[in-house]
Amino acid sequence: MRALAWHGKHDVRVDTVDDPEILNPRDCIIKVTATAICGSDLHLYDHYIPTMQAGDILGHEFMGEVVEVGSKSTLKKGERVVVPFTIACGSCYHCGKHQYSACDNGLPADNQDIGQEMYGQPMAGLFGYSHLTGGYAGGQAEYVRIPFSDVGPIVIPDGIEDEKVLFLSDILPTGWMAAENAQIEPGDTVAVWGCGPVGLFAVQSAFLMGAERVIAIDHFPHRLELAKKFGAETINFEESATYDALMVMTGGIGPDAVIDAVGLEAHGFFVDNVVDQIKASMFLGTDRTHSIRQAIIACRKGGRVSMPAVYGGFVDKFPLGAFMEKGLTLKTGQTHVQHYMPGLLNAIMEGKIDTTFLISHRMDLEEAPKGYKMFHDNQNEVTKVVLKPGLGFAA
Amino acid sequence: MPDTYTDDAPIATSKHSDAAVGVTTDLIDGQGGAITARAVTINRPASELYAYWRDFTNLPTFMDNVVSISPIDGELSHWVVKAPGGKTVEWDARLTEDTPNELLAWTSEPGADVANSGRIEFRDAGARGTVVTATIAYDPPGGAIGKLIAKMFQREPAIQARRDLRRFKQLMETGEIATSSRTQAQLQEERA
Repeated sequence: MRALAWHGKHDVRVDTVDDPEILNPRDCIIKVTATAICGSDLHLYDHYIPTMQAGDILGHEFMGEVVEVGSKSTLKKGERVVVPFTIACGSCYHCGKHQYSACDNGLPADNQDIGQEMYGQPMAGLFGYSHLTGGYAGGQAEYVRIPFSDVGPIVIPDGIEDEKVLFLSDILPTGWMAAENAQIEPGDTVAVWGCGPVGLFAVQSAFLMGAERVIAIDHFPHRLELAKKFGAETINFEESATYDALMVMTGGIGPDAVIDAVGLEAHGFFVDNVVDQIKASMFLGTDRTHSIRQAIIACRKGGRVSMPAVYGGFVDKFPLGAFMEKGLTLKTGQTHVQHYMPGLLNAIMEGKIDTTFLISHRMDLEEAPKGYKMFHDNQNEVTKVVLKPGLGFAA
Repeated sequence: MPDTYTDDAPIATSKHSDAAVGVTTDLIDGQGGAITARAVTINRPASELYAYWRDFTNLPTFMDNVVSISPIDGELSHWVVKAPGGKTVEWDARLTEDTPNELLAWTSEPGADVANSGRIEFRDAGARGTVVTATIAYDPPGGAIGKLIAKMFQREPAIQARRDLRRFKQLMETGEIATSSRTQAQLQEERA
């Protein structure tokens, strides 16, 4: 089959590799019909995530048609499914509590050593996202082996096109959980750092959960426009001082809840960020974290901090004093996708959530390297690249 | 090693290098100077876990380094285990304690390539299932340097015990052992 493989920093290629096979009873194989490049794939592209190996197949947002099933799979050939990016067993204590991304059994035993050393306990497996998360082949390919296919994939009813439901795999549940973690109360003002897909879904979700005002912060004009379309007020941090603007806009109180949807590749020319960039480029293991610092400083006393953004290592200059003195609450984590999929599929079918607005580019899988480069170089206009095997090339 | 302990932590997690003596004395017919202990909580009843483990021929399914275990009689079994550099080591193990659904303890017979002893305890953990604790004492072949070499080849018992218990948990909870291989060929290579 053809698959998008990582070969090094800014070097991804479509290679021909062996087709996947059923290896465990609960497996299935799907033929991919649509897959997307995620903002977090750019962390791999920029080689910010350790434990990558040349030839690793990327992609964790994908869907397709079931073409083969193991003896214990509950899926049927021909069914159309969206696959959660987290690989969870459904049988362990954490899955029982619907904390799927904390699954005990999603990672191969040997791969659990790294998480055990770095984080104290290993987490669930993820598709196409380094050997720290299991070394599973990802979905930017023609075919994918899906472990625990009786638990993860959600069957999509006929008549709903792929593009409407594809984002159930990651960014929609991630944006939704970000808003849920902000514990929004009716009348709240919520500030969202980052208007990428997760931030934009968090904006929509926050309003659905009763927020009165949502303030969206970014520096890409096009992305701010999209946030505005969903009813958010906007701050362009290149044009306005974010903290000052937030304080004036909230009458000196600060937002009741803040959501950091930026993560470890925060843009912007700030002094602390430059120091972080130097350290990060020297592999000193420092995450670049301006957005979370600013969010904590801006948040109202006794407010809530939600952090869907991906961080992997250690940070310097975390404002622990402000966090403690103001009595803030922080909720974060990789998304428990399986928990949110059914409800969000209904919300899409009822027209409560718009998903397709995000897609700016559609390309053949063969053009994936071009898609990565475009997404990397032009984040203003390129909001989401969807890859479709067999789509053909644009003129 | 202090005469009295001031905490409730397992002796095998002691920072004192001679703590193994205390544990091996606790083990019936204890053998071996290096000690490792690992605990895992498995979301299944103790009776099921004990029964699977008590049939020693099952163990190579999740113990990566074990090539084979052949029962000799009710108490004695012959073990063939992978060692660094493509070699194998062998010993006869005698079951020294067997409390159904609670405990299995063993010790190697004289003449073992690697003298070892240990115990597997199954403790009911209510709604969370069963806590399985493995305590293994062994004489590393080649002493401290041998242990280092084994570690480099990932054949060190402390590393293996941790991974074996994870695989046991996966098998008991999910009915299979997780792999990120894509093809049968890759899986065979990984398990070799």
